[in-house]
Amino acid sequence: MAPVFEYAPAPESRAVVDIAASYGLFIDGEFTEAADGKVFKTVSPSTEEVLSEVAEAGEADVDRAVKAARKAFEKWSALPGSERAKYLFRIARIIQERSRELAVLETLDNGKPIKETRDADLPLVAAHFFYYAGWADKLDHAGFGANPRPLGVAGQVIPWNFPLLMLAWKIAPALATGNTVVLKPAETTPLSALFFADICRQAGLPKGVVNIVTGDGRTGAALIAHPDVNKVAFTGSTAVGKEIARTVAGTRKKLTLELGGKGANIVFDDAPIDQAVEGIVNGIFFNQGQVCCAGSRLLVQESIHDELLDSLKRRLSTLRLGDPLDKNTDIGAINSAEQLARITALADQGEAEGAERWSPACDIPENGYWFAPTLFTNVTQAHTVARDEIFGPVLSVLTFRTPDEAVAKANNTPYGLSAGIWTEKGSRILAVANKLRAGVIWSNTFNKFDPTSPFGGYKESGFGREGGRHGLEAYLDV
Amino acid sequence: MSDRLSVFKTYKLYVGGKFPRSESGRVYEVTDAKGKWLANAPLSSRKDARDAVVAARKAFGAWSGATAYNRGQILYRIAEMLEGRRDQYVAEVADAEGLAKSKAAAQVDAAIDRWVWYAGWTDKIAQVVGGGNPVAGPFFNLSSPEPTGVVAVLAPRESSLLGLVSVVAPVIATGNTAVVVASEKSPLPALSLGEVLATSDLPGGVVNVLSGRTAEIATPLAAHQDVNAIDLTGADETLAKELEIAAADNLKRVLRPQPVDDADWSAAPGIDRMTAFLETKTVWHPTGALGASGSSY
Repeated sequence: MAPVFEYAPAPESRAVVDIAASYGLFIDGEFTEAADGKVFKTVSPSTEEVLSEVAEAGEADVDRAVKAARKAFEKWSALPGSERAKYLFRIARIIQERSRELAVLETLDNGKPIKETRDADLPLVAAHFFYYAGWADKLDHAGFGANPRPLGVAGQVIPWNFPLLMLAWKIAPALATGNTVVLKPAETTPLSALFFADICRQAGLPKGVVNIVTGDGRTGAALIAHPDVNKVAFTGSTAVGKEIARTVAGTRKKLTLELGGKGANIVFDDAPIDQAVEGIVNGIFFNQGQVCCAGSRLLVQESIHDELLDSLKRRLSTLRLGDPLDKNTDIGAINSAEQLARITALADQGEAEGAERWSPACDIPENGYWFAPTLFTNVTQAHTVARDEIFGPVLSVLTFRTPDEAVAKANNTPYGLSAGIWTEKGSRILAVANKLRAGVIWSNTFNKFDPTSPFGGYKESGFGREGGRHGLEAYLDV
Repeated sequence: MSDRLSVFKTYKLYVGGKFPRSESGRVYEVTDAKGKWLANAPLSSRKDARDAVVAARKAFGAWSGATAYNRGQILYRIAEMLEGRRDQYVAEVADAEGLAKSKAAAQVDAAIDRWVWYAGWTDKIAQVVGGGNPVAGPFFNLSSPEPTGVVAVLAPRESSLLGLVSVVAPVIATGNTAVVVASEKSPLPALSLGEVLATSDLPGGVVNVLSGRTAEIATPLAAHQDVNAIDLTGADETLAKELEIAAADNLKRVLRPQPVDDADWSAAPGIDRMTAFLETKTVWHPTGALGASGSSY
């Protein structure tokens, strides 16, 4: 199906963001080099262009950051909540002011479309700070008893799929409750966290309250293992999450984990098909499917399978893959060569195991890391593509006949983060939702996020909740 | 010292986002603590009160329907605007209440922070006073707070700005709209607050400010059939009782005058001033059960 009109390029200007040639670690309010002088490069996944060089924090640097956070904790936690609130409100406002700059930066460093960073990531980041700012002086009302106390120094390790949003999910509630933080952004997406350090400066945040240490998994491991860290918060893979759980075993560190998923998107025969197709596309192709709560398993009632698949394929043929800075781009780049290799291997395995692979005709740019939107049909529960988290734009389609079967299949996974239910019947939504073992259930919608709404998983998708009143608990001594 | 003659401000009402004079054409003299003339304030009539109710009712749909996040942003914007005009309010509060500059400044700072406090409540009050109910049956059951509607607010008689903000902010934070009767003796900070509200993205009509004789304005408000609630804070005991009787005619929610421990209103507020003007709505929906055939919903 040839498009009637070609789109003219509509790139967002890069001029709005000024990336320095190198960045240090942000410790105790200052940018400093790593003790051993190590650095690593961060590239734009859509072009493989080197964006900047970033310090790689070793154990000594992590120790310095934790000490700075410890020192800052005494005064920060003793501030009246209303004063902490005003710092966080300032941060929220500055993020709003600088949101276009940060959106372009995030798109450059992460590879996701500007449409998403501009309309989803950045508004949610600002809203998250705004929301938790308001809690800072209302903790007595949050249901944890009178005058709940902070934990101390929080060590936080975040992933590359929503770099600044995951930072907001970690830092906003930690600071609101009176903790200080050492945050390690992902190795492939360190830049927005370093820009956030500058926002802390503009907001006049006391030094040492927020410290940013960049590096790879070793930096994260050193942070989590540091004996003076009181709280560990991690978002990332289930494998690393288990490793972290082992590391903190036997200590007094409070732990929350937000890990992988293999979300089921269940479509019943009375669902509004067009709406469901939009939801399915959003569920698995938003952020190139690199979303822990992605609806990566489509469970469709047998009687509407063919009709739904026809519509879905037609819709996928209209998705535009390419320059993430182009405002009309739907599918951006995969975040790294490593992730692309993993997606490629899993998709190849799906084909080898006998599932039927389909992708729309789609030009792949020469440079950068790209993966065309991909569907697998004739998938059984035994197939790897139905069991493993692919973390890419790959949807596995399974069928069911009865609601019981849909629930059984949806729950047949070690994960339990998200699920979707598509039906016009309210009682069916609620009955199915009651049976699903997942932390977030979207009905007739998908991938909706709000700072007031708790998010987190059952089973091996982790424990603890981020967002909402519930999200405060992770950072309180309760 | 310059011998330049200063320009006086004409103090006007704030109704429906505009700054009208009283339709009655009347004013009354406002003096400082030492009896020195400050300004002529509008002496509002029954008709002004009714006009203000119409404006508040008109604004209610959009304001109560705005997202809690949006209302929070706007309340925070009010704090930002007030901070920017801090000096003006310090002078007005000092004159109005006969306070030293430093004491007046503390009042203004607390008033700014109070807007911030309530800005943070807009998207949290439902999480504190609402929630799912575990009914003994196959039903989803959720209770949520909703604003009661148009609230008449009699501002405190003494605390001209902090007291005023302390009674107005909780009313509008949750989505109500307000008709505010300013302190009879010290109405100027309240009338000036209209200038901040008008430049803070607050839709016109969400807050309407009237000045004049409290009893004269409050009586038609208490009896008004399109007012849903009344805060009697600024009424004395006799007036409060009369108004409460009038309010019973359409069962207005009534917040009686509360003893304020520190007459300067500086103590941290709880959530009572919000819950006083909230309704609780409970929604039931069957959850059905999963049958083997899927047909038993």
